[in-house]
Parts: sequence; C-alpha cells; structure tokens
Amino acid sequence: MSSPIKYALPLAAAIGAAAAVAAGADLGQAQKQATNWTAIAMFGIFVAFTLWITKWAAAKTKSAADFYTAGGGITGFQNGLAIAGDYMSAASFLGISAAVMASGFDGLIYSIGFLVGWPVVTFLLAERLRNLGKFTFADVAAFRFSQTPVRLFAASGTLVVVAFYLIAQMVGAGQLIKLLFGLDYMYAVVIVGVLMMVYVLFGGMTATTWVQIIKAIMLLGGATFMAFMVMMQFGFSPEAMFAKAVEIKTGLAAKGGKDAATAAKEGFSIMGPGGFVKDPISAISFGMALMFGTAGLPHILMRFFTVPNAKEARKSVLWATTWIGYFYILTFIIGFGAIVFVLTNPGFLDAKGGLLGGSNMAAVHLANAVGGNVFLGFISAVAFATILAVVAGLTLSGASAVSHDLYGTVIKKGKADSKDELRVSRITTIALGIVAVVLGIAFEKQNIAFMVSLAFAIAASANFPVLLMSVLWKGCTTKGAVIGGFLGLISSVVLTVVSPAVWEATLGNPKGSAWFPYTSPALFSMTIGFVGIWLFSILDGSKRGSEDKAGFLAQQVRSETGIGAAGASGH
Amino acid sequence: MDDTLVAKVTAHPKYQELKARRTRLGIWLTIAMLIVYYGFILLVAFNKPLLASRIGEGVMTLGMPLGLGVIVFTVVITAIYVQRANSEFDRLSDEVNKAVLK
Repeated sequence: MSSPIKYALPLAAAIGAAAAVAAGADLGQAQKQATNWTAIAMFGIFVAFTLWITKWAAAKTKSAADFYTAGGGITGFQNGLAIAGDYMSAASFLGISAAVMASGFDGLIYSIGFLVGWPVVTFLLAERLRNLGKFTFADVAAFRFSQTPVRLFAASGTLVVVAFYLIAQMVGAGQLIKLLFGLDYMYAVVIVGVLMMVYVLFGGMTATTWVQIIKAIMLLGGATFMAFMVMMQFGFSPEAMFAKAVEIKTGLAAKGGKDAATAAKEGFSIMGPGGFVKDPISAISFGMALMFGTAGLPHILMRFFTVPNAKEARKSVLWATTWIGYFYILTFIIGFGAIVFVLTNPGFLDAKGGLLGGSNMAAVHLANAVGGNVFLGFISAVAFATILAVVAGLTLSGASAVSHDLYGTVIKKGKADSKDELRVSRITTIALGIVAVVLGIAFEKQNIAFMVSLAFAIAASANFPVLLMSVLWKGCTTKGAVIGGFLGLISSVVLTVVSPAVWEATLGNPKGSAWFPYTSPALFSMTIGFVGIWLFSILDGSKRGSEDKAGFLAQQVRSETGIGAAGASGH
Repeated sequence: MDDTLVAKVTAHPKYQELKARRTRLGIWLTIAMLIVYYGFILLVAFNKPLLASRIGEGVMTLGMPLGLGVIVFTVVITAIYVQRANSEFDRLSDEVNKAVLK
C-alpha cells in the first residue's frame, strides 16, 4: 500500500465484487479520530433546533391522522424536499463521493441506479397511492381485498425492510461518529436511538417531515458550496477538472512504480467504466432492485399520504427527483474534487498514502480543503444529522405498520379508536428505538454491506409487485397477492443469504461455495413474486376471489379520479 | 363508493378518455425510462471501450455526457408526466367529478 491508487483499488474491487458500496449504507469499519468540538457544537445546534420544532409539532399532533400523515397538510414542494431528505443517506453522500474519488465513472453508474426508480413511482404509483390510501401502503394494497391476510403480508414486508434498513443506518451512525466527532461507537447508537424516539413519539409525522426538510436543505446547501468551490478552481470547465484528475491519478500510478504507459492507462481509467459491472445478469438484477425497490420502500410510500391531493403528490415526486438528481451530480463533482484537492495534500493522508480515517472520508477532507475547519464541522454535523432524518422516517413507518395495519385493522377489525391507535404507535416507536439500539450494538463488528441492497431487493420483490398488481390488474385476488408477495419476500431473503456477499463475505464460508452467484436477487425474486401473484390469482376460484375482482371497478374509479379519496384533515 | 356512482363515472366518456390517456402516457414513459436506463447498463456491461472513448481533443469521454444525460433525462421525463397530469388529466378528472357529483 504505497500509494492512494493502490489503496483505492481494493475499494473499487469491493464495489464490483459484492455490491458493497452498492449497499449505499456501508461505511465499513472506521478508525476513531481526535474529538472534533466544532462538529459536535454544530450538531448540537441542529439537535436543539429540531427539538424546538418537535415541541411545536407535538402541539399539533393530536389524532392518528396527525401522527401518521401530519394531517395531510404538507405541500408538494415541502414533501419533495422531505422525500429527498428521507432518501439521501449519509452513506450515499460519503460512499458515492468516495467511490468517485477511487474509480471515477463507476460512482456515476451507481448513483444513476438510485435515481431511475423515481419516474416509475411517478408514472405508476404516486397519484394512485394518494387517491386510494390513508396512512400506510397497506391501505392501498388491501383496498379491495380481504383485510387480515393482506395487512399481515404488508406489515411483514414493511417491518422486514425497515429492520434491515434501520440496522444499516445504526451501524453507519456508529462508524460515522468515530470518524467525524471522534466519539465512541456506543454514543452514536444511543444518541440516534434516543433522538429518533423523541422526534417520532412527540412530533409524529410533522416533526419527522421538518427534520427531513431541514436536513435536505443543509445537505444540498453544503454539497452545493463544495461543488461550487471545486468548479471555480477550474473556471467552471468540466474538461479542465477531468484533465487535472486524470493527470493526478496518472502521477500517483507512476509514483506507485508503474511504467509510463500503464500509469497513463490507469489514470485515464477514471473516465470510463471499470470493475463495477462484473457480469450482465448481476448488473441487470442489481439495477432492477434499485429501480423497483424505490417504488416499494414503505417509508417513502408513506410520504405520499402527507399531501392534500393527487396534484400535490405528483409535484412532490417531481421535486424529489429534481433534488436527488441534482445531489448526485454534486457528489460526482465532489468526488473528482477530492482527487484533485485531497489526494494531493499530504495533510489528509496517512503514512501509507491512504486517506486519514478511511476511504469514506473523501468528502469530509474536501470540506476542510475548500472551506476550512468551520465548514468541516458543518459537513460533519450534516452527515450525522442525515442519519437521524432517515431513521426517524423508518421508525415512523414501522410504527404505523404495527399500529394501523396490525392493531387497528387485523386485531380491532378497523374499529380501533384514534386514541388507542396512537397509543399503540407510540409504544411501538419506543420498542423499535430499543430494538434499533440493541441491534446497532450487536452488529458493530459485522459486515453489513448487504443490508441496504437487501432492503431494496425485498421492497422490489414483495411490496412493489403486490402494490402494482393490486392497483392495475383486475384479476388480482387476495390469495394471489398474499402468496405471491410472501414468495417474493422469502425468495429475495434466501437468495441474498446464499449469495457471495453474505454466504462468503459475512458468514465466512469458503470462496466459491455460495449457491447463488449474482450480486442481487431481484431479477429472480421479482419474477417469482409477479408470477406467484399471477398464478395464484388465476387459480383462485374462491368466493372471496370473485369479490376481489368485482371490487376492481370501484377501486379504479377512485384511483383515477380521486372521488372518495381521504382528504386533508382540518389544519 | 356505491355502485350507481361507479356506474355513472364509468359511463362518462371523459372518464374513459382520462383512463386511456393516462394509462397510455404512463406506459410509454415507463418504457422510455426502461430503455434509457437498461440501455446504459447494457453498454456498461457489453461495450466498456465505447463509453471510455474520447470525444474531443482532451480527456472527455462519451460515457460522461451519456451518464449525466441519463440523470437529466430522468428528471425531464418526470417533469413531462407531471406537467401533463397536472393540467390535462386534472382538467378531465374535474369535469368527470363535476358531472357525476352534482
């Protein structure tokens, strides 16, 4: 490991091999840094401000509708920012900019995958969700079906996705706090657990939404400043920036002992695709998980119920897509900026030529390079605040699945009063907070790289097919949706467990022993999910089955016109 | 929603028009998005040298504008749908609502 290039290669290999950074949330093991008081103070200000907002939100959170959907009173623009805040994770900021710094173009392939699900959400689901649903995506999936089995499925789909996503975030928070604040892992897990409980418990969806909006503005603002400072150095010419980056990468390769021709080739390799895509099946399968997983993430789907009508739902997804796309362009510039300003500055490198604190520190060191110590503190605080906003949304979504779908509909048969439902969601929030902290500690030393990609694969193979088929296909029945949905859920989990990333890298089985050779199960498990729904629907000759089909027309009228849709509660 | 209302809505010609137009636009745009994204992924999988080929005097490669183009395309195609839905489809939907709910 005599040069950053060499240091970068294992990372690039990891991206290709195990969809590791693909997990989006994997920050790996981090080394603890010196205590950074500026960052801690800035984070303290953020926390104080969001707690003040939570106090304000708590006064407005009286009914279950306020708790789940902020009374449906969020505007499209606000919701768009909140969705972006929910979706842009700390790992996509630090992980993607680090991947761009290491291998250039490959980082871009990866951000594109995270973006392309949004049009699908817009064209097929957003407004229909808003017209049919009230609090959770199960409201939509179970609209014309027998409530109990479909709700049981949807709650399972929600909780499994939330659990994997949450563990990844908690472990990410623990690694980040060591890097950014120089505090112990344990502090991070407890701080995140407690704060997310406070936001959700007292402020419900209103507080969660505002935490996400503030975080989105801070993250977009900080990243814009960094990208601007980088581009300014090159007179806003991308060509000049790329040329300088290639020159630096070439120089580093030459210093590492490569001959001139090899070094030039290695330097130029950041301008085109490298090891990211191993085999076409993995590439397509992984692309499907990202694209359709976005359309099946319960905490994202839930955000469509916070706006007053279908028009605002569409506006929110357009704003979200715009901000997220813009953000990924910024991370790309930041990654190239890191090549030029971080890899060339010995102050950011350790004795072996690697980044101080680990490879994910690219954006953090660049913040220091372009904005000094105070801006470094700001970016560190933003990166940590980002995790809080994501976990609050996840917790709220998990709590709603338990209180609204399981307690309200399955146990109380839809006759639970709003107060009781609210009480159950608060108890669930506390339970989820405790579980998240315990799991966060339990998984500290584990390789959790696969967890976010698993969450996306499950969302794409279970939640999305059931949602899409129930909304768009007349022939779909209760039996088909439930059996097909569970088949998609089980197959995506099983195929992930026997894939190289988990079977070999996490469970420690010998190399080559994994039964399933591809990085993502989505191509297969989505097919199993869809075929399962179709097959068990057409084989369903039951009385319930014919009622399900008969209910389609009324459901379609409501989904297309919004007649009878749940409106905003009076605020 | 009672059956007479459903029957009234479905019998309305504007409702049929709304349903047909929205479905058609949604499907076409979804197909367009799939083609652009998987086209890009397949290029990455099968023709890496093409994406890494230079397009000018300097270091700029074809892959860079193409990749950024996919991001811009994603946002633009979403905007096209939302624009049409928020004007044309909502107008049709309002007409149906007015006609059946009066």
